[in-house]
Amino acid sequence: MPDPTTTTPRPTEPVAFPQDRTCPYHPPTGYDPLRTDRPLSRVTLYDGRPVWLVTGHALARDLLADPRLSSDRTRDGFPATTPRFAAVRNRRTALLGVDDPEHRTQRRMMVPSFTLKRAAALRPRIQGIVDELLDAMIAQGPPAELVGAFALPVPSMVICELLGVPYADHEFFEEQSRRLLRGPDVADTLDARERLEGYLGDLIDRKQKEPGEGVLDDLVRQRMAEGEVDRAEAVALAIILLVAGHETTANMISLGTYTLLQHPERLAELRADPALLPAAVEELMRLLSIADGLLRMATEDIEAAGTTIRAGDGVIFSTSVINRDQDVYAEPDALDFHRPARHHVSFGFGIHQCLGQNLARAELEIALGALLRRLPGLALAAPPQEIPFKPGDTIQGMLELPVTW
Amino acid sequence: MPIDIDKDVCIGAGQCALAAPHVFTQDDEGFSTLLTDPETGAADPMARVAAKACPVGAITVTAPSD
Repeated sequence: MPDPTTTTPRPTEPVAFPQDRTCPYHPPTGYDPLRTDRPLSRVTLYDGRPVWLVTGHALARDLLADPRLSSDRTRDGFPATTPRFAAVRNRRTALLGVDDPEHRTQRRMMVPSFTLKRAAALRPRIQGIVDELLDAMIAQGPPAELVGAFALPVPSMVICELLGVPYADHEFFEEQSRRLLRGPDVADTLDARERLEGYLGDLIDRKQKEPGEGVLDDLVRQRMAEGEVDRAEAVALAIILLVAGHETTANMISLGTYTLLQHPERLAELRADPALLPAAVEELMRLLSIADGLLRMATEDIEAAGTTIRAGDGVIFSTSVINRDQDVYAEPDALDFHRPARHHVSFGFGIHQCLGQNLARAELEIALGALLRRLPGLALAAPPQEIPFKPGDTIQGMLELPVTW
Repeated sequence: MPIDIDKDVCIGAGQCALAAPHVFTQDDEGFSTLLTDPETGAADPMARVAAKACPVGAITVTAPSD
């Protein structure tokens, strides 16, 4: 067992990070040694680099709020968990990839469009989108492939309306997002990034001539016109908002549905008491931890958990392990809608905590609620162990979800 | 003040208004703001939950039990 008081990298064989999950809603079994070695471990990245992996809940909250950990991915030595990320990390980015004060300025520009009130005001429109998609799915089935018929189009349509991106282009940008997040090689990822930059750059140019009603239109009208934001920054913001706005929520809908179908007692409980939905969504976010690996780099030496994180060290936060810290969550592997799941770190913590979290909660409550209400006989249409899910080096979720009802 | 909100630090995550909707809301800029007078707000047990939920520690609740 590692000695918790050691001040040098621990002598145990470092665990590889990230790894593929064995069950799509549980952390990889290969992380088991990390779960008994909280709150801080050494892990090895794909390129052989050793980095710190934060696995304890209290330490994660401290360090995610620590300004000595940088999110500026263009820094020399910033850790990369995939060759894809290494290839694009020097491209202009925004929000989650920059530090204050640049981050703060961008965040403050965007926050008014993503408040609880704005998310609440969008609920009727989200409900309309969800109902239309379910109408179409029910008219054509059963069976159905839920990712393509529902889980992806719901957040894709919502973020398009919110940002002012034409949904007619959804196949294009969903494809580029897919290649950006899990393309076959670095060249493919770079090509996808360039195509997205080109597309959103053209869209912003069009909006300068004919502004519409979306968040990107406001950005063009209010910020670019005043010279606060240049075209490259607007494109970087648009990419983050568009990609983060549909990929993550789509994965939560698909994997959340799969997880509920694998927990029939919890599913029955939720159907019997729809008032549990907000708690169920929060608990699903804790349990599924779909963005498992938040990246930072230390800019100064930091004393933590009886050791020293040196300036220049990579620090990664495993949300799936942090969210199952038994000091905070009793029976952490169980799906339990009655636990206080609120302080999970699935949206991150500190200044970069998810900008779209209130929109995500609204979408998940409405999408999962309507799915369960309208399809009382919902079931998997294939043996659960045969349904493909995403590899460990990207946002977690189902690749396909064949269902019947 | 029994509740202090540091608006220079606030990032508009909305966690306070989600945790304690009778005490906190977000203004039009997204910043945390009080719905009640500070004394009434601090007496709501959820005010402390909201302070803990704030990802940037922008909220301090010091009364009435302190």
